[in-house]
Amino acid sequence: MDVTFPIKQIVNGDGDLVDASYKDKLTKDFVTKVYQKMLFARMFDRKCVNLQRQGRIGTYVPFEGQEAAQVGSAMALSDDDWMFPTYRDHGATLTFGHSMRNVLMYWNGRYEGVLPPKGKNIFPPAVPIASQLLHATGAAWAEKKKGTDRVAMAYFGDGATSEGDFHEGLNFASVFQAPVIFFNQNNGFAISVPTARQMHSKTIAQKALAYDMDGVRIDGNDFFAVYFTALDAVEKARNGDGPTLIEAVTWRYGAHTTSDDPSKYRDQTENDVRRETSDPVTRIERFMKASGMWDEALDELEKKASEEIEAAVGEMEKAAPAELNHLFDYVFETSPWPIREQKDHYLKSRGVNA
Amino acid sequence: METATQTLQKQLTLIQAITDALDVMLSENEDILVLGQDVGQNGGVFRATEGLYEKYGEDRIIDTPLAESGIIGTSIGMAVNGLRPVAEIQFFGFIYPAFNQIMTHASRIRSRTLGRFTVPMVIRTPYGAGVRAPEIHSDSMEALFTHMPGIKVVVPSNPYDAKGLLIASIEDPDPVLFLEPMKIYRAGRKEVPEGKYTVPLGKGNVLKDGEDVSLFTWGAMVPLAMKAAEQIEKEQGICCDVIDLRTLYPLDRDLIRESVEKTGRVVILHEAHQTGGVSGDIISLINDTETAFLSLKAPIEKVTGFDVPVPMFSLEDHYLPKGDGIKQKIEHVYNY
Repeated sequence: MDVTFPIKQIVNGDGDLVDASYKDKLTKDFVTKVYQKMLFARMFDRKCVNLQRQGRIGTYVPFEGQEAAQVGSAMALSDDDWMFPTYRDHGATLTFGHSMRNVLMYWNGRYEGVLPPKGKNIFPPAVPIASQLLHATGAAWAEKKKGTDRVAMAYFGDGATSEGDFHEGLNFASVFQAPVIFFNQNNGFAISVPTARQMHSKTIAQKALAYDMDGVRIDGNDFFAVYFTALDAVEKARNGDGPTLIEAVTWRYGAHTTSDDPSKYRDQTENDVRRETSDPVTRIERFMKASGMWDEALDELEKKASEEIEAAVGEMEKAAPAELNHLFDYVFETSPWPIREQKDHYLKSRGVNA
Repeated sequence: METATQTLQKQLTLIQAITDALDVMLSENEDILVLGQDVGQNGGVFRATEGLYEKYGEDRIIDTPLAESGIIGTSIGMAVNGLRPVAEIQFFGFIYPAFNQIMTHASRIRSRTLGRFTVPMVIRTPYGAGVRAPEIHSDSMEALFTHMPGIKVVVPSNPYDAKGLLIASIEDPDPVLFLEPMKIYRAGRKEVPEGKYTVPLGKGNVLKDGEDVSLFTWGAMVPLAMKAAEQIEKEQGICCDVIDLRTLYPLDRDLIRESVEKTGRVVILHEAHQTGGVSGDIISLINDTETAFLSLKAPIEKVTGFDVPVPMFSLEDHYLPKGDGIKQKIEHVYNY
């Protein structure tokens, strides 16, 4: 193939600014805010893994290593836009304004867990792989029909690109020029299966060519490459210039889920190398230190983030037990007789008043 | 209750009544749109959307790429975001690529989000055998969807019901699978009121009142049931209570109960495969409704398609229920 998709990078793993054209945009205030959000995402993720180990939540899907991809893409959205995440994207949903308590509730098996604050357009995490690309396309298409400038961002992994719904999503978005951003996090593995078994293509970004769509490949561990690329794609969509496919090349340090053992399918010492050479959080810290932005006060951030997270965990843990009404009352707007009777019968059998 | 705001009538076939229902709703509510393969300029392969593209334009009568999951998946996204899509799947036998979208999303988004996000959409699709169609075009897999929590399943059998049920389906706040019996798309014209009226979902209809045997059926089997009932009444004086169920989820329990209490003898007729068919749910409903169960004077009989793939058309007449088979079962339960 003649067309190549080089990886775009702005700040490398050592914290060096490699694209000087962005120098003025990386102000101390902005970079400090970014660092805070990135640190927070990492701490939240680590806390959840611990909570699972302690039996305080169910199976958890960690994203450590993918913080730049998730936080950077989410920060490119405006308040009224739509987000269609997967089950690994709580770094993105929290950045976009999801409730921390509710995200924790989700991993505790609670329906409340998918509810973002009122008015926030965050869809429930897609579990069937790639199915959400079509919802994002449909929601974005609806915005276009309504004549708004809102956009939708769909999240998905490398494995999702093998699904039919990936292709149908890109194709519909292309045909109808829907204002949607397809944000791929290529972390190298679909559970245990490496990208070489998902595709013979050299990149995911190149798949955009088939839909006459812009495809961009970026260092997904470089917050700035993610943020500015996503921002361009969002603006393009907002201006009516159609969809974009972004491939953010990243790496998950941990397991697919807390039920998975990655040492069975890959050499985990690779993590040590990557933490030193390409970590998304460390590189911002290095960049800040090298450019004189590091402030001793930042050492306090960890404590503050930890307090916020602990508070949310406390809220999750003191939530009243799941309501039985949630089991029955939301299948239809008005429950038909089979559900009404099954509910009544069950409640009576449990000695509960309806 | 059935409501009619207009009393003017016109003579329409079942498929024309469907077009009329779409037209009425498209003109009333700008959020409603029709999408599917060939629904635009071509007016649909059966002409269900004829004239709508010219009247409402390509932004509302939308020819989509040939991708069933894509049609349903993007419709879900639009419905969640405030529009009211009416999606057409060209033949029921082609709905399977969209099954995941219907099962894991359309039917459960309300549950998953405790009502925050909902999917008010209709999936229209022609179904059933008997028109000498190519392979896979003749399936009747309604039971896959009655088993699925969170979606209603509706099947009209005449032009009046087709229009009223489709309007009610479009107005329903939840997803509805609307199955159109293609064998009787043009089986004859019937009087259909102009303008808007609804036939409520979840309500069956007594087509012929009788005291001896209840005959429950739906869709393209309705004319067959009526013919068998008329013949057996003339030939043997057995008087059937013929009931068109019209909605397969939720079933009209009251109507089924009343009929069984009256007759005590039941034959269920459907063209879908026997095992796992909706007939099993009707039998279960009678079993669970004490007054109906205790009224039974004979084991319930079924007339259904076989547990074989719907065959190529050289054999489809053997696959489909036939009048003599229905009459035999009626006679059997009557004389039991």
